[in-house]
Amino acid sequence: MLSKRIIPCLDVKDGKVVKGVQFDNHEDVGEITDLAYKYSKDNADELVFYDISASTKNEVVETAWVKKVADKINIPFCVAGGIKNIRVAEAILNLGADKISINTPATENPKLITELANEFGSQCVVVGIDSYFQDQQYNVYSRTGNPTTRTKSNKLTYSWIKEVQDRGAGEIVLNCMNQDGVRNGYDIKQLLDARKIARVPLIASGGAGNMDHFYDVFKSCNVDGALAASVFHKNEVEIEALKNNLLNRGIRVRT
Amino acid sequence: MIGIVDYGGANHASVINAVNNLGFEYFISDNKKSLDDAEKIILPGVGAAPTVMQQLQTKDLDAYLKLTEKPILGICIGMQIMYEASSEGNTDGLSIFDGKVKKFEPRTDKPVPHMGWNEVRFNKTYSDLSGYYYFANSYYADVSEQTTAISSYGDKFSAMTSIKNFTGVQFHPEKSGSLGYQFLQRFLSL
Repeated sequence: MLSKRIIPCLDVKDGKVVKGVQFDNHEDVGEITDLAYKYSKDNADELVFYDISASTKNEVVETAWVKKVADKINIPFCVAGGIKNIRVAEAILNLGADKISINTPATENPKLITELANEFGSQCVVVGIDSYFQDQQYNVYSRTGNPTTRTKSNKLTYSWIKEVQDRGAGEIVLNCMNQDGVRNGYDIKQLLDARKIARVPLIASGGAGNMDHFYDVFKSCNVDGALAASVFHKNEVEIEALKNNLLNRGIRVRT
Repeated sequence: MIGIVDYGGANHASVINAVNNLGFEYFISDNKKSLDDAEKIILPGVGAAPTVMQQLQTKDLDAYLKLTEKPILGICIGMQIMYEASSEGNTDGLSIFDGKVKKFEPRTDKPVPHMGWNEVRFNKTYSDLSGYYYFANSYYADVSEQTTAISSYGDKFSAMTSIKNFTGVQFHPEKSGSLGYQFLQRFLSL
C-alpha cells in the first residue's frame, strides 16, 4: 500500500523562503535551493514550492527558481502561485515541476481545473483550499498570501472539495487557516470530514508543531500526506526522526 | 547514447535531469532515424494514452518501437501504451505486452490517482532494489506472466512488466530518490 507522505512546503516571497503566523508577519528562513536540496536528501516525500506573493500581486511564480530546484532534487515537486492559465502551467511543468497547484485562480475560474486536467492529466493538478472557520461554517478564502488582499470567496469548504474533484483535480491540499502557524496540531475535525468526501488524495496543511501532530492526523483522519513549513525550516522537527517515530507507532512511511 | 522519445508539448524535464545527473549522454527526438542512433530508448511518463499514441502514430514511431531490438524503458504512461489497449480514451496500444490497462475505482479509503510512494518487489535483475518508489497513476495493469515486479493498491498490480528488450515500469524512477536513480543507472548500464 501507499506510504503516508511528509511534505515540506517552501513558502517563497521575493526569492526567499519565508514563514508567517496565520499567513502574516513573514520572516526569512533560508535560500530556496539550499532548503530544497536538504529536504530531498533528508527523505522528504515531496516538496511544495509556493510563491505566496504571486496571486496577491497578480504575478506568476518566478520561473527561474523552478528550474534551479528541479535540477537539484529527485523527488516529486509541486509549484503553486498565481498559475492562471494553461500556458503558464505548461512553462512550469517544462522547467521540471511534476505538479502544479492552484488556489486563488481555481476559486475565481473553476473551469481552469478541468482545462488543466484535460491538458496534463489529473495527477498533475493539485487544488489548494484555504479554509477558515467563521460563523459556524468553513469558508474558502482566496488571495491569502497577504492580509490586505485576503478575500472570503462565496464557496463553502466541503462543497468546494466535491466540486474540485468532480472538475478533475487529482489532489487536494486542505489548509486549515485557523491552525496555520500556531502549531497546536492539524484540524482533526475538519480533515476527518473532508476525508469522508475526498476520493482524490487529501493532504493536511496548517498547524503542525511537533511529531505527535503528524501521528494524530494520519491516525485519526487517514489523510494521504501532511504538509508543514516552519517546523521543518526551523529544525524543530527533523524529517528522518519524524519518519522513524511514525514507523515505530505503526504508520506506514518511507524511510 | 540514450534516446528520449518526444511526444510533443509534454514535460520531459524530470527524465532528462535524471539521465543527465547520472552522467549518460542523451538526446530527445520524435524522429525514428535519429532514435535509431540510440543504444537505449526511454518512453517518458507524461501525458495521456490517447494523445501519446496519436503522437507516435503521426510520427510513424509506433511500428518502429514495436519492431526495434534496442532496450526500451517505458515509464508510467510509456509502460501503459505498450499493452494491447487502455481504457483511458479507449486507446489501442502497441501490443508488446499482453493484457489491457484499466482504471482504479476511486474510493475515499483508496483515493485515485494512486499517488505517492509505494512498495515495489522485483523478482529478478532488480531484486536488490526492492523498496519504495514514486507513483502517480490512475490506470494500471494486472499482474501477468510478464510481470517482473509487483506492487499493491487494494489489489496487486504490475509495477514492472518485461518481455525481450522491452521493460515498462508503472512508477517514476526519475522521481524516486536515490533508489530510483539506482534503478535507472542499472537499466541504462546493462
